[in-house]
Amino acid sequence: MSAAKSKQAGFWSRFRKNKMALCGAFMILGLVVVAVFAPLIAPYPFDEQDFSVAQEPPSFGHWFGTDEFGRDIFSRIVYASRISLEVGFVAVSIGMFIGGLLGAIAGFYGRLTDNVIMRSMDVLLAVPSTILAIAIAATLGPGLFNLMLAVGIATIPRYARIVRASVLTLRHLEFIEAAQAVGSSDFRIIRKHILPNCMAPVIVQATLGVASAILNTAGLSFIGLGIQPPTPEWGAMLSGARSYIRDYPYMTIFPGLAIMLTVLSLNFLGDGLRDALDPKLKR
Amino acid sequence: MFPSFLVFEFFSYGLEVRVVWRYILRRIVYLVPVFIGISFFVFFMLHMTPGDPAKMILGDTATEESVQELREEMGLNDPFLAQYWRYIKNAVRGNIGKSYITKSSVAHEVSQAFPATVKLALFSIAIAIFVGIPLGIISAIRQYSLMDNIAMGFALIGISMPVFWLGLLLILFFCVKLGWFPASGFDTFRQMILPAVTLSTPSLAIISRISRSSMLEVIRQDYIRTARAKGQVEFRVICNHALSNALIPIVTIVGLQFGALLEGAVVTESVFAVPGIGSLLVEAIKTRDYPMVLGGVLFIGIVFSLVNLAIDVLYAYIDPRIKAQYGGSG
Repeated sequence: MSAAKSKQAGFWSRFRKNKMALCGAFMILGLVVVAVFAPLIAPYPFDEQDFSVAQEPPSFGHWFGTDEFGRDIFSRIVYASRISLEVGFVAVSIGMFIGGLLGAIAGFYGRLTDNVIMRSMDVLLAVPSTILAIAIAATLGPGLFNLMLAVGIATIPRYARIVRASVLTLRHLEFIEAAQAVGSSDFRIIRKHILPNCMAPVIVQATLGVASAILNTAGLSFIGLGIQPPTPEWGAMLSGARSYIRDYPYMTIFPGLAIMLTVLSLNFLGDGLRDALDPKLKR
Repeated sequence: MFPSFLVFEFFSYGLEVRVVWRYILRRIVYLVPVFIGISFFVFFMLHMTPGDPAKMILGDTATEESVQELREEMGLNDPFLAQYWRYIKNAVRGNIGKSYITKSSVAHEVSQAFPATVKLALFSIAIAIFVGIPLGIISAIRQYSLMDNIAMGFALIGISMPVFWLGLLLILFFCVKLGWFPASGFDTFRQMILPAVTLSTPSLAIISRISRSSMLEVIRQDYIRTARAKGQVEFRVICNHALSNALIPIVTIVGLQFGALLEGAVVTESVFAVPGIGSLLVEAIKTRDYPMVLGGVLFIGIVFSLVNLAIDVLYAYIDPRIKAQYGGSG
């Protein structure tokens, strides 16, 4: 217990020293607050159309200007943060849960089980993850949940590989043998002894995974898969703004900035977590 | 003593070549289950798509009888695995279905669009390699300098930007504001610059980050100090001694970046109206042309697997550990 505590203390002291990581953590926290309190923060409803102010450049009334329907871009960006965070976290949870479980089973049982699972993962890895997500999203049809599923399934192999690798190093250690000797079931050993010990790389991958899930989501929405109007989504907003790039360039600036800042903060946080969780990996 | 040493050299060279070939052969054999897996995945997805393919091909005005007739003819009433087997047999002959919209062969349209994507991808990876690796190396040599901080700051921004947004910003700045480059098309060199710069940016950022960290690790090693101690010129210490070892993780990343490039190509091509596979996919997605979408996915999967094979083969030549692993005891 005390060893675990000192391990944790070491993690915190290393994490606190990393200004970039702290900055990333605060920005993500801020974004979560914005997403939760979107109705209070946004000055207008996200779908309120007012053609008298259509395509007005940024002003005091409309901080980021208005779109072709006279909707307030700032309000839409605020609301869209909900979608992005939701998709990011749910997609990563899907990938982490299924992938982690498959990886743990593959690593724990070895032999044929391992071979079957990991060769299927190779197949999924043989198609670049966004392309895989495109295939799944196109087949399932539009919709928020389908988008999450598509982005999530595409990340399964990554987690499976990470967890399997950790399980392989743990598999033959004495404490696992001890747990088997006292008659613990395989499931209990995986859940209680193996998974907690391979969380560090999974947490890092998950943080960076949320970042790439958000990028992926924006990309899929940009090419017309996923979120349907009038629900605001950063990628879809950019896709709409594209037609007006010559005359109303501000429409293309702000949604992209929102994506970039979110992903940047998650990358800061992920890098910081990696350095703090495993000082050996420090680059 | 001396001649036998020469003989040994000769044989060990022969062994080395054989070992590499054994490794390559093994990798090629590995491709078979992967191809079967990808094709099964794509076929399964195609099977799951909404709508009746026979109806899609005949259009809304078709009678029920003619739809049933075509279903029978296409074998859509056969069991799933029988259909899959026919799909594979056709795919091997280069037939992966017909477009719902244009009614033309998917394989034909994909192969028409492929050269533009290859050109774009190669141009982009060239930019990423020839700018990214030197940038990473210089950052490593001058660690924590202003130059290092600026380069790595840009690299972080580069991996955090959506590719399509970067493309839109470049269009905004270089086409709309300055008018230096055309905003669409892909025939002249001038038209290729912006799409290639856009697509290369995330890869460039990642390659420079990996080059930096890989180089930082290597230049702390003892043999680098030895090289310096014996009076070797600094440039050669870096380029000959350090780089050859730092290169291994860099090659891995470059290989992985091909996948990222194929992904990025989809949106980049769509932004710049490059007539490649990406634009084909996006168009097919908009018109719900499932055979075209999944045919494109199948094609990209196969190309990506072959690229990975090539990277692994390259690996066998630059990483002595692989030779050791496949050479058994020797």
